[in-house]
Amino acid sequence: MQRSTFLASAGAALVLGAYAPVRGVAANAQAANEATLSPSAWLRIGEDDTVTAILGKSEMGQGVTTSLPMLIAEELHYPVDRIRVEFAPVDPAFADPLLQGQTTGGSTTIKGLFDPLRTAGARARTMLITAAAQRWNVPASECTAQNGTVVHAGSQRSARYGELVADAAKLPLPEHVELASPDTWTVLGKPHRRTDALAKSTGRTQFGIDVRLPGMLIATVAKPPSVTGKVVGYDAAAAKQVHGVRAVVPISSGIAVVADNYFAAQQGKRALKARFSAGANAPSTAQMTAQALALTKVPGVGGPPKGDPAAAIAGAAQKHAATYTAPFLAHATMEPMNATAHVSAAGVEVWAPTQNQSAAQATIAKAAGVPPSKITLHTTYLGGGFGRRLETDFIQDAVEVAKAVHAPVKVIWSREDDTQHDYYRPSTANALAAGLDAQGKIVGMTYRVVSPSVSKRALPPLYKNGFDPLAMSNAGESLYAIPNYHADYHDQETGVPVGFWRAPYASANAWAAESFIDELATLAKQDPLAFRLANLPAVSRARTVLETAAKQAGWGTPTAAGVHRGIALATWDDSLIATVAEVSLDGKRPRVHRLVSAVDCGTVVNPLTLEAQVESAMIYGLSAALTGKVTFTSGVADQHNFDTYTVVRMGESPRMEVTIVPSREKPSGGGEIGTPPVAAAVTNALFAATGKRIRTLPISDALA
Amino acid sequence: MKTLTINGATHHVDAPDDMPLLWVIRDTLGMTGTKFGCGVAQCGACTVHLNGQPARSCSIPVSAAVGAKITTIEGLSHDGTHALQRAWVAEDVPQCGYCQSGQIMAAAALLGRTPKPTDQQIDEAMSNICRCGTYARIRRAIHRAANGEA
Repeated sequence: MQRSTFLASAGAALVLGAYAPVRGVAANAQAANEATLSPSAWLRIGEDDTVTAILGKSEMGQGVTTSLPMLIAEELHYPVDRIRVEFAPVDPAFADPLLQGQTTGGSTTIKGLFDPLRTAGARARTMLITAAAQRWNVPASECTAQNGTVVHAGSQRSARYGELVADAAKLPLPEHVELASPDTWTVLGKPHRRTDALAKSTGRTQFGIDVRLPGMLIATVAKPPSVTGKVVGYDAAAAKQVHGVRAVVPISSGIAVVADNYFAAQQGKRALKARFSAGANAPSTAQMTAQALALTKVPGVGGPPKGDPAAAIAGAAQKHAATYTAPFLAHATMEPMNATAHVSAAGVEVWAPTQNQSAAQATIAKAAGVPPSKITLHTTYLGGGFGRRLETDFIQDAVEVAKAVHAPVKVIWSREDDTQHDYYRPSTANALAAGLDAQGKIVGMTYRVVSPSVSKRALPPLYKNGFDPLAMSNAGESLYAIPNYHADYHDQETGVPVGFWRAPYASANAWAAESFIDELATLAKQDPLAFRLANLPAVSRARTVLETAAKQAGWGTPTAAGVHRGIALATWDDSLIATVAEVSLDGKRPRVHRLVSAVDCGTVVNPLTLEAQVESAMIYGLSAALTGKVTFTSGVADQHNFDTYTVVRMGESPRMEVTIVPSREKPSGGGEIGTPPVAAAVTNALFAATGKRIRTLPISDALA
Repeated sequence: MKTLTINGATHHVDAPDDMPLLWVIRDTLGMTGTKFGCGVAQCGACTVHLNGQPARSCSIPVSAAVGAKITTIEGLSHDGTHALQRAWVAEDVPQCGYCQSGQIMAAAALLGRTPKPTDQQIDEAMSNICRCGTYARIRRAIHRAANGEA
C-alpha cells in the first residue's frame, strides 16, 4: 500500500501548484512514461512487474482491498498478496454497474464486480500469453501463465509478465474470454486473510482525518443545533482572540472557525457568540410518533394486492394485528466526518473518506464553482461508512472553508456535530394484520409501512407517486407462502434529514415482520421455528437458512438456566439470513449471550470477509436494538456523544457463530445482511423469557 | 515550551496547558496513528500509555503529560511485530481499522499488568468502542497473544 507516498507526492504537487488533474487511468499510466497493460480501468500491469488493482470502491471495513484483488488474481494467475491497490480517481470507468455512479453502498461491490474484475484478469492473462506465443512463435494453447510468468513447457522458455507488457498492450482486447469454473478455483471461495490488517494494527493506515498538507489549517463548524435551524447572527470577536484561531468564516452549514489545530478551532467555536433559529416546524419526537401512528390507520400507496387479503383475514379462524415503532438512528462511524480541501486558481484538490465519489465531485464543482475537469478527488481509507459517507455535506464544508481562506483546510466535525447532524436512519411505524386457518396456516396478511422516504431526496428517480420502493424491504413481499398479501406505504414528512444506513429500512421492517410472525406462532400455539417452517415454501432458500441456523444453535435443546432463544429470518436484496439469539434478563437489562446466523449470499469470494461482515452487521444491529435511538426536541437531537448514543462494547458483545450456506448462485452482497434479523431474534427471545411482547425499539425503552 | 517524551524521543512543543495530549500528538507533532473519536474519553480511540498505564489522550491536558513516559501506537513496536499486532493480523481483527490503534494500546496495557487475562478481565479492561463490532476477534487476539501463539 502506497498511501503515504501517494499523499506526500500529492502534497508536494500542491505546494508547487503543479496541478495535473488525473482524468483516468490511461492518463495516469502515460504520466509514468512506460508501457502498461491495462485491459480495464481497474487493472494495470507495469513493465516492472507490478500488478495494481485500481479500486473504484471505498474501503470502510468490508475488506475490498483483499476481495477485489482476489477476483483479479484468480484469472490473472497471480498471488493476491502481491497485487498493490490504489484508490481510483473519479472516472466514469469506475461507475458501479448496479448503482450507476462511482459509489460504494447497498452491498453491491462483489455482486457488481464479480464478472468485470474476473474478466479483466482473464483478458490480461490472455493478452500476456498471446504476446509470449507470438514472441516465441509457438501456439498460444501451449503456453500457460502462473505466478507472474508465462511458460512454454515444450521449449522451456518463460517470460515474466512485465517483460511481456509492452507487446501485450499492443494487442486488441480479447472480446471473449473463458472464466474459470468454480470447480477449478484456487483463490475464490477460499479463506484469505485481510491484506490491510497489519497497516490497520500499526496506525499506518491513512484515514481522511490523517491527511496533512504543508500550510494546512484545521477548521470546525458551529452548526445550528436544530436540524431545521439557521444562523441568525454571530459575533466573532471573542473567537478571534483565541490563541491559534486564524479566521472565522460563514459557510452554508454554519460558521467555520479556522485555526492552527483542532483544539484551537474548538476553543474558538466555544468562544463564538452565535445565534441560531430552530426553524419552522422544528420536529419533536412526541409529535412525529403521534403522526406516524395516525398514518398507520390510513390506507397508503402500494402495488396491487396478491389475492384478497382483506377478505381472507375477515374469514380467518383466528385474526391478529399489531403495530411496531422504531426510532431514528445515527450512524456513529468511529471516524467523525471530515474532509480536506485546497482551492486555488489551478483547480480544487480534495482528500475525503467518501463512499460516493460521483456525488462528491458534483458537490465540489458546485461549492467551488469549477467544472469537474478542475477537480482532483483523493479517496482515503474510511473509518466506518454504514451509508453516512454516501452524503457529501462534510466535503461541502471543507470546500467552502478552503475557498474562503485560500489555504489547504481540513474540516473536522466534533462527535457531537456528527451525532446531531446526521442523515438518520428513518424512523418507522409498521402495522401488520393477519389471519390464520384452523391449522395455523397464514391465509392473509397486510403490512403497512409509515416512514420518511430516503429516495425522494437521495435517489429521486426511484420515488414515484409518493412511493419509495426502498422503504418496502422485508415488507413489500413476504418470504412466507401467504396466498393473500398486500403491503402499502406512507412517506411521513418530518423535517428530520434521513439517509442510508446499514440495511436502512430492512433493519426496522424485518424486526416488525418477524416479531409479528412470532406473535402468530403464539396465536397458533406452535413453536416459533415449527410455525415458520410450516408457513414457508416447501423448497426455498429461506427454509434452508432457517433450518441451518436452528440446527447450529441447537433449537429445541435445553439452554442454561434463565437463557431463552428467539429466531428470525430476513432478506437484503437477494441474500438471506436466519439468526438465533440466546438471551437472559438481568433485572431490566437484557444480556445477549450468543448470536447464531446462517447466511446465503450466493457465491462467496472470501468466506473470511463474509463471516467478519456478518458478525459486524449483527453487532451493529444489536447496538440499535438494545439502546439505539435519536429523539428530537424542537429540532435538536437529544443525543450528543457516546454517553447518550450508547453502543455495544466488549462486555455486551455476544459469542457469534456464522454458517455460510454453500451456493452456486450469483453473489448477492454480504455487508448488510447481518443487521436486519438481530432485533427480532432478540425481542423474540425476550418474549420467550417474559411472555411480554416488545413492540417499540430500542429494547431499553420498552423494558424501562 | 513543554518537553514531552514520546516513544523514547524528546519533543519540545509550544502548546497551551489545557491543550489535550491527543491534539499535540496529532496536530502539533504529526503522529496520526492515535485517533480522535469522541473528545470526551468515551470511546478510547485516542488511547496511549502514560508510564505504561492506558490513558485517553483526548481528555488529558498536555501539561499533565510532561515528565511522563508516553507511548503511542507508533512506539509499541517499530515494525508491527508486537505480539498483539501479530495476533491482530492472525485473527483478522481489523475491519475499518479506525479504532484499532486504541484497542491495541488498551490491550497492551492490560497484558502489561495481567499477562493472562480471563474473559471477565478483558471485559473490564477493554471498554473501547468498535463500530465494526470486532470485539469477539479482539478477545481471541488478546488470548492468542497472552498464550504466546501469535
